[in-house]
Amino acid sequence: MPAVGQNVLRKEGRGKVTGAAKYVDDLSFPGMLYGSTIRSTIPCGRIRSTRPEFDPSEWVVAGVPDIPGKNVIALIEDDQPCLADGRVRHVAEPILLLAHADREALAGAKVAVDYEPETPVYDPAASPRVFKEILIEKGDLGKGFSRAARVVEGEYRTGHQEQLYIECNGVIAVPENGGITVYGSLQCPYYVHKALVVLLGLPPERVRVVQTETGGGFGGKEEYPSMLAGHASILALKAGRPVKMVYDRVEDMLATTKRHPSIVRHRTGVASDGRIVAMDIDVLMDGGAYLTLSPVVLSRGVLHATGPYRCDDVRVHGRVVMTNTPPNGAFRGFGAPQTLFAAEVHMERISEALEMDPVRLRELNLFRPGDTTATGQVLGADCSAAEVLREAVARTGFDARRQALSGTNAGIGLSLFFHGSGFTGGGEVRLASRASLALTPTGARILVGSTEIGQGTRTIHAQIVADALGIPYENVEVSDADTACVPDSGPTVASRTCMVVGKILQNCALEMKARLGSLSPARYLELHGPLVVTREYEKPAELEWSDETYRGDAYGAYGWGCNVAEVERDPDTFEIRPVRLTAVCEIGKAIHPTLAAGQIEGGTAQGIGYAILEEVVFRDGAMANAQMTNYVVPTTLDTPPIDVVILESAYPHGPHGAKGIGEMPIDGPAPAIVNAIRHMGVDLRQIPATPERVMEASCVSP
Amino acid sequence: MKRLLDVLREDCALTGTKEGCGEGECGACTVLIDGQAVNSCLVPFAQVAGSSVTTIEGLTGAEALQSAFIREGGAQCGICTPGMILAAVALPKDADLQDIRRGLAGNICRCTGYEGIYRSLRAAAIPARAAD
Repeated sequence: MPAVGQNVLRKEGRGKVTGAAKYVDDLSFPGMLYGSTIRSTIPCGRIRSTRPEFDPSEWVVAGVPDIPGKNVIALIEDDQPCLADGRVRHVAEPILLLAHADREALAGAKVAVDYEPETPVYDPAASPRVFKEILIEKGDLGKGFSRAARVVEGEYRTGHQEQLYIECNGVIAVPENGGITVYGSLQCPYYVHKALVVLLGLPPERVRVVQTETGGGFGGKEEYPSMLAGHASILALKAGRPVKMVYDRVEDMLATTKRHPSIVRHRTGVASDGRIVAMDIDVLMDGGAYLTLSPVVLSRGVLHATGPYRCDDVRVHGRVVMTNTPPNGAFRGFGAPQTLFAAEVHMERISEALEMDPVRLRELNLFRPGDTTATGQVLGADCSAAEVLREAVARTGFDARRQALSGTNAGIGLSLFFHGSGFTGGGEVRLASRASLALTPTGARILVGSTEIGQGTRTIHAQIVADALGIPYENVEVSDADTACVPDSGPTVASRTCMVVGKILQNCALEMKARLGSLSPARYLELHGPLVVTREYEKPAELEWSDETYRGDAYGAYGWGCNVAEVERDPDTFEIRPVRLTAVCEIGKAIHPTLAAGQIEGGTAQGIGYAILEEVVFRDGAMANAQMTNYVVPTTLDTPPIDVVILESAYPHGPHGAKGIGEMPIDGPAPAIVNAIRHMGVDLRQIPATPERVMEASCVSP
Repeated sequence: MKRLLDVLREDCALTGTKEGCGEGECGACTVLIDGQAVNSCLVPFAQVAGSSVTTIEGLTGAEALQSAFIREGGAQCGICTPGMILAAVALPKDADLQDIRRGLAGNICRCTGYEGIYRSLRAAAIPARAAD
């Protein structure tokens, strides 16, 4: 029986339910010290001096001079130092590192830092520095607007969001074999590897990165672990002993990355029949103090900014800028939830301006197979915007519910969205990911750097390989994500682990099957010795992309989604309570339906938090609510029943037709919920929709 | 004085009990004290003198529920799972879905949206009327 499409037993399940699974803080090494970080308490300025308020002879204290290589976190541009060198650009910027055998002593260690403060910038609109600017142009905007009967304009804002994986960031660095081995909670072992080679000035073979069981990532363990691994490695090399650094919740929230806040402006020309004839969109994102991943976040943001709607005359202009706040970074959705929020709330405002049914307006404008996106990409037969909308509307009885709730303290709203799978544009070509498959006496072992962070990577990869080899799923093993023994299959991000890495593995398995011929694995090994098949990403021939002009096929494939949210408003407290949420997602193929549903349910819940609960409050450049008591994420009582519908429309280059799934579910809930609030006559254009904002908007709305 | 959580993890080497927030908000450190689900990060260890403390390692009779957490998507990253399972075991036997939601409200899962957890409880029939 084929494994794909079946709910086979997860490869990574057992230890998680018995407590046997070892997360990084569960590990210990002989002679291990604990490390901590002295951080900036000001947002911007020069460091005059640092003075430890303890006897340094009993401690390991490391600063910039102890960095063996280059003082940078190598990522896109090497602009972020591992330790501040004379000046700081944000609160919580690392300045000095301490290590000690006694964790309690460490917690009490104080270092006096004397600063010469400078004036910080918090307002992205007033930022003196643009990290990245992108312009997408299609057709002739002036001509488009000349055909418009109405022009609808609006500005939409989204706030920071904290990933809030329940396991905080943590690593252990162990000096060994003339180099360093890092064990850590992380998504991308090869990102950490690349950063450590530069930081420590070591040859690549002296750096080893091993992923430990990882208690959630959501993007928050994409780039930040390179920083933390760098700190622990500097201390470990200086001490000559293993060093463990595990953040507590406050430090994790203060210092690590969050979702980029955004301000998106739309100006849309609409013909009298409701067709969109011109789209002018301006996207501004707050990148924080260093560039980190911001250019790529902006890229995904602008590439999704039109929403899933066709229009011949489009301009999308995006900028991501510097502010004196901790760098913002990867978080599930990666720029798209921000711009899709704006697009879908704006769509609702167009329907209000035209007094046109919101479903009808979307039906009229949505992408259909053969339509072209803003970058000129021609959408394939798997384009499913119409299908997901139809299914969501039918399943929820949307029209009738909308009428029934009109004029009450409840509302219903929807959002239509799409999400590109895999790296943007030429990204996959540049990554040139590799995956390997090793023959075992009974089957095969998968060797990839892709990590299991809860989503079931090992299981779905094993399913794909088992079916391609024609062997039972149980006979496929999966290696640990350890850079000493697996190839670089690229980062575990961007909804690419199934569609892109899964496809490379499928190719490995097909090649292995051909080489086996009629021989059993055991017989082959006996006759020919070990067999390892390694394959690299192969770009589908028809995909073309130009980073210079931003024209072409931005993504290999898109998933399609429609959410319907029903909410109630408390008439006294203005609290918004989601009553139910329907999530229809077209994902190509559900390799493991339960895991796929889990991605949709979990992403939807995070999207509900983004919509109404999760507010990062900044005061003087620092997160003022950096603890779980007052940064509130959805509990069982905040999360409504989530009704998931999976549709499948195969992508020809995905394994079994599969597209990406991890990120898309978080795109839809915020606009659907805000549109449901709008259904109550409340003119809200900003998230999170806290009681204060809903009250304010309710009081000025007619 | 040490927290019960630290004594369990460091002195008893029972690392199945996890720390998520250290302030009693997330429930990852849930253990059973005389059958009651308690956040072990909030308990000075001397308070449990004479009590029975059950961690995920010592849990017996919940095999069906633990298996269901794997099969039904109750566990994704797994960091909240030991605490979630112990909190679920402590639910009243006649709990309905609303009771379950109330009973698990102190255990935060960032991965599942809780649907997989409800499915797991229902599949294991623990409590017997789970999620009716």
